[in-house]
Amino acid sequence: MTSAHFSSREDALLVDALRRGDEAAFVELVGRYGALMLRVARLYVPTRSVAEEVVQETWLGVLRGIDRFEGRSSFKTWLLRILTNIAKTRAVREGRSVPFSALAQAELETSEPSVDPDRFFPQGERWANYWASSPPRFDELPESQLLSSETLAVAREAIDGLPDAQRTVITMRDVAGFASEDVCEVLGLSEGNQRVLLHRARTRVRRALELHFKAGEA
Amino acid sequence: MASELTCKELVELVTEYLDGQLPADELERFEEHLVYCGPCVTHIEQMRETIRVAGGLREEDLDAAVADDLLAAFRGWREGAA
Repeated sequence: MTSAHFSSREDALLVDALRRGDEAAFVELVGRYGALMLRVARLYVPTRSVAEEVVQETWLGVLRGIDRFEGRSSFKTWLLRILTNIAKTRAVREGRSVPFSALAQAELETSEPSVDPDRFFPQGERWANYWASSPPRFDELPESQLLSSETLAVAREAIDGLPDAQRTVITMRDVAGFASEDVCEVLGLSEGNQRVLLHRARTRVRRALELHFKAGEA
Repeated sequence: MASELTCKELVELVTEYLDGQLPADELERFEEHLVYCGPCVTHIEQMRETIRVAGGLREEDLDAAVADDLLAAFRGWREGAA
């Protein structure tokens, strides 16, 4: 399996196995969500080692609470909710309490156009603000190129280069496949702000991919 | 009557559109625009493909040491629970 888009149903099967004390199920769940958890924890606490402790504490909480998990939300949402609660408590203790919403707010205060304005006919022309030439099509690329390791590396680099809040939102929504209401709940964001951050993040990744495919043509 | 949406305006609304969150009147303008604007259709397709590529990424694995600690914690929990 190459995708990190794990279905809730697969997770539910693993959770059942985990309740029975199945070690392989535990290892699989840690493999699925461990890195994402570390990434999210790192938003709250000052160092990587503290973030690792938060991840560890979260799994202990999961093991202790697994019998009370009723599956009303998806497992991954439940998991991340526990994680952010622990991370927030820990951040206060570490004397660093920058809520995610503040981090997000700083990113929301700046704005940039989704597409380079030069791509549209300039003001004053008959077709002002319409495309001057059509953008290249991605959907005509062969699947082998669209999802090649090279293309994935370009996307990874673009995501890694994003500001914290945008990176977290796109990682949760598009890489890990969380629903928008779950992202909002876990990160304490409004629906609208979440969407603006996601839009900016996707826009930058899209731009990086377009450049990459264009370079491949040359 | 609401004015026509330009391409430059439309590209700012794509994520709202894909999330199904455009208000009805804006959705109407959005879809009207797509009827005659091939480049915007292509742009939206680019965004969909971008999402698909992101969905193909996998988060890196945890450090082996961290994973080992977690496994030890799991075994401790299982002993205690048994």
